[in-house]
Amino acid sequence: MEEKLIKDYSSSGRKGYSLPPLEVEKSDLEAELTGYLRDDLELPEVSEVDVVRHYTALSEMNYGVDSGIYPLGSCTMKYNPKRNERVARIAGLTNIHPYQPEKQLQGSLEILYQLKLDLAEISAMDEITLQPASGAHGEFVSLMIVKKYFEEREENRTKVIVPDSAHGTNPASAAMAGFDVVEIASNERGMVDLEALAEALDENTAALMLTNPNTLGIFEEDILKITEMVHQAGGLVYYDGANMNAIMGYAKPGLMDFDLMHFNLHKTFSTPHGGGGPGSGPVGVKDFLAPYLPRPLLKKDEEKYYWDYQRPKSIGKVHSFYGNYGVMLRAWAYIKTLGGRGLKKTTENAVLNANYLKARLKKDFELPYAEDSLHEFVLSGSRQKEEGVSTLQIAKRLLDYDQYAPTIYFPLVVKEAMMIEPTETENIGTLDHFIETMLTISREIKEDPELVNKAPHSTTVRKLDETKAARNPDLHW
Amino acid sequence: MMDYISNTAAEKDKMLQEIGLKEVKDLFQMIPEAVSADERLNIESGISELELMRRAQLQAGKNKSLDQQISFLGAGAYDHYLPGIIDALISRSEFYTAYTPYQAELSQGTLEAAYEYQSMICDLTGMGIANASMLDGGSAAAEAVTMAARITGNSRVLLPDTVNPAYREVIKTYGAGAELEFVDLESKQQIINPAQIEKNINDQTAVVVLQYPNFYGSLEKMEEISKMIKNKKNTLLLVIANPILLGVLKAPADFGADIVVGEAQNLGNGLNYGGPNLGFMACKDDRRMLRQLPGRIVGKTTDVDGKEGFVLTLQTREQHIRREKATSNICTNEALNALMATIYLATMGKEGLKEVGEQCYHKAHYLAKKINGLSGFEVLNQDNFFNEFVLKSEKESTEVFEELLQEEIIVGYDLKNIGENGILVCVTEKRTKAEMDKLVEKLEVL
Ligand SMILES: Cc1ncc(COP(=O)(O)O)c(C=O)c1O
Repeated sequence: MEEKLIKDYSSSGRKGYSLPPLEVEKSDLEAELTGYLRDDLELPEVSEVDVVRHYTALSEMNYGVDSGIYPLGSCTMKYNPKRNERVARIAGLTNIHPYQPEKQLQGSLEILYQLKLDLAEISAMDEITLQPASGAHGEFVSLMIVKKYFEEREENRTKVIVPDSAHGTNPASAAMAGFDVVEIASNERGMVDLEALAEALDENTAALMLTNPNTLGIFEEDILKITEMVHQAGGLVYYDGANMNAIMGYAKPGLMDFDLMHFNLHKTFSTPHGGGGPGSGPVGVKDFLAPYLPRPLLKKDEEKYYWDYQRPKSIGKVHSFYGNYGVMLRAWAYIKTLGGRGLKKTTENAVLNANYLKARLKKDFELPYAEDSLHEFVLSGSRQKEEGVSTLQIAKRLLDYDQYAPTIYFPLVVKEAMMIEPTETENIGTLDHFIETMLTISREIKEDPELVNKAPHSTTVRKLDETKAARNPDLHW
Repeated sequence: MMDYISNTAAEKDKMLQEIGLKEVKDLFQMIPEAVSADERLNIESGISELELMRRAQLQAGKNKSLDQQISFLGAGAYDHYLPGIIDALISRSEFYTAYTPYQAELSQGTLEAAYEYQSMICDLTGMGIANASMLDGGSAAAEAVTMAARITGNSRVLLPDTVNPAYREVIKTYGAGAELEFVDLESKQQIINPAQIEKNINDQTAVVVLQYPNFYGSLEKMEEISKMIKNKKNTLLLVIANPILLGVLKAPADFGADIVVGEAQNLGNGLNYGGPNLGFMACKDDRRMLRQLPGRIVGKTTDVDGKEGFVLTLQTREQHIRREKATSNICTNEALNALMATIYLATMGKEGLKEVGEQCYHKAHYLAKKINGLSGFEVLNQDNFFNEFVLKSEKESTEVFEELLQEEIIVGYDLKNIGENGILVCVTEKRTKAEMDKLVEKLEVL
């Protein structure tokens, strides 16, 4: 450990806080709470300076988008604008309680309503809920909507079809909603295999879950045929919106005949990922599914914005309140800053950057699917693997050059996968630097594979033993 | 307008040349015309930072925030003191602009902080294992219920009406997915009668859910109910705890809890209109439970040189490995909020957390005594509450609520919203004597 744990700074009786005096007379807490009291808490006793130095030291052992390129495929790690952070810290917008009367919060509700309208415009969906707090949460909401819809229609549809290239949250969400998951193989071009789809579809099919472009970055060019096939079988089609950065201003899920979808505000709309969260995963639906959206739904009448709780067909709530409002404020600020044209330009540059990287890397690394791709692409490290170095080690070696690694070993359809998504906020300078580093590593693999196999060398800790961590779990101090 | 794109026109041309295309729009030729959007998105043109800030301030001006009035609102979202160092530290962009720590060697800051968070949650709850966060209190409770069903193989859930009604609704949404059966239990005098549990518990019961303190602020008969559950081989006790009060209140583990969850927004996180919040989840140190625990978990290990470090671990429970067989679909969590809670707990320490709890208690009881002295008003919980209580008035609760609003006081959560006549009043350490006295004074003349 480069920096000891906060508890190791502890010294009995040291304090890092102060509160105003109590002012009121004390109750007889000991007597009144007999049997409910404790005296065994062991939280650290440290000073304010200890805390500040410790967490500053930890931050120095971390890497964010502000540190450099973060080419994690499927994660859309774009720059997180500082002005969005300013907006999300305005006391009048944030020091508000979820149960304050709506009449006191018209300013905030109007922001949320504008965000809903803009998301609907971007996606060609009719109604939006902002309640889900992450992409996966939005997936779960969507599948519960599918379930409720068919229950209402008294149709017993138990199956959800998921391509083998899908993100793990897709099948996991389907299972949580009580569906059986049917996986279908992709074809040799990396797209949905229409024959496999036709075979999987039947009267028990509730939905197909699809992202487009898919996780290989490839646009499903038969998309209208796909949605038509599912609809003809009586099923619904769900769009995983993780890849919206690839199509804004160029295509809309609603026009592709998807029935419902989720957005990831923490990907497409620039909100910071916080080292794992918080995110926000709004769900958009076509009109006929709107009655099933979670309660409450934000609405507007002539004079005010309000939460509509009178939703008898709703799937219910999935969050204690209205979702991750602080994240929505940032996404609102982002959309207002860019406007419609800016969003379209975002997509154009995201796709341009990805294609430039691909063009320059595909000679040295295998490109398993030659198909044109959009905002991300997947390389295979299989050639390097034959030379004795796995994709994992290529990723670790990148860290030595102070750059974050791509998503690895996903999607599962590619061996030794490296999924690369530069986003639009990189420029040719940082892309060239990344390319040169990758080419250097490719050369190192030929000349000195051990150097790469033993990476990383220069990080605060070197390669960590994951097997040991799982075998002998040490999960707290 | 600002778009954060920095490739120049000449650079774009060079890149296109490398790709072998003439124009940017050629990159999109595979998209069929029928699905392509109109020429441009119908969203108003972008604005500068100056205009954005003006617009945001304008919206803020249409709100009335808690800075502009006295608030006794709680009911699941709490207004506690936030040490200034929290925002300063989490504003370090190495923390907040990072992704989930997939590359551990370059993410030791996030990982070590998460390990500290898990440790402090174990300390607070008395449990042996904690995960790295859940989306919020409601979804944590719901995922704990489905986890209990998986562990026990049972599907019957005893759900008292003293559990936060919003949580109950979230639990039932998840329960519909997992096809669970719910038995709603009715309370009397703000707590659940243990006889109700005794009557409804059977061998098919997966879990009994208790909130601690409960939605109305009262303490359930934890010990007595826990004993009944322990008599059943295959039934778990799930406790939804308020973490900030665990500096004073006995750890749920000491009442025999098998799983403990809750909302940790009140540990160093602001209100933000109810999100982002912070769900926490902890369970017994038991392999069978650990295998069913949802969410990310950080573990300590060593590197090739024997130096200690941290990684994401036990990932074979998770969606990216197990797909439809995963314990949950959760991927993105509330890591930054967990970091805020960690910094809060480190700053307050055991003394500070205890003092916060005690101040909440004494102040709430001060206010309750004053209210009990007024004619036309009473505190329904009698003496059994911590820092939230139900105010009952001769007048309709909504009338009382609205009249006090005129006086710049939000007296609490109007239980009319859930079909009851009363107001749930919450007192934190932030409320001053003057604020409480003003409330009493206004109540007196209503
Ligand atoms: C394609 C895809 N779908 C769904 C998700 C899940 O989103 P979240 O992490 O917000 O739950 C992700 C995120 O990694 C993703 O890449």
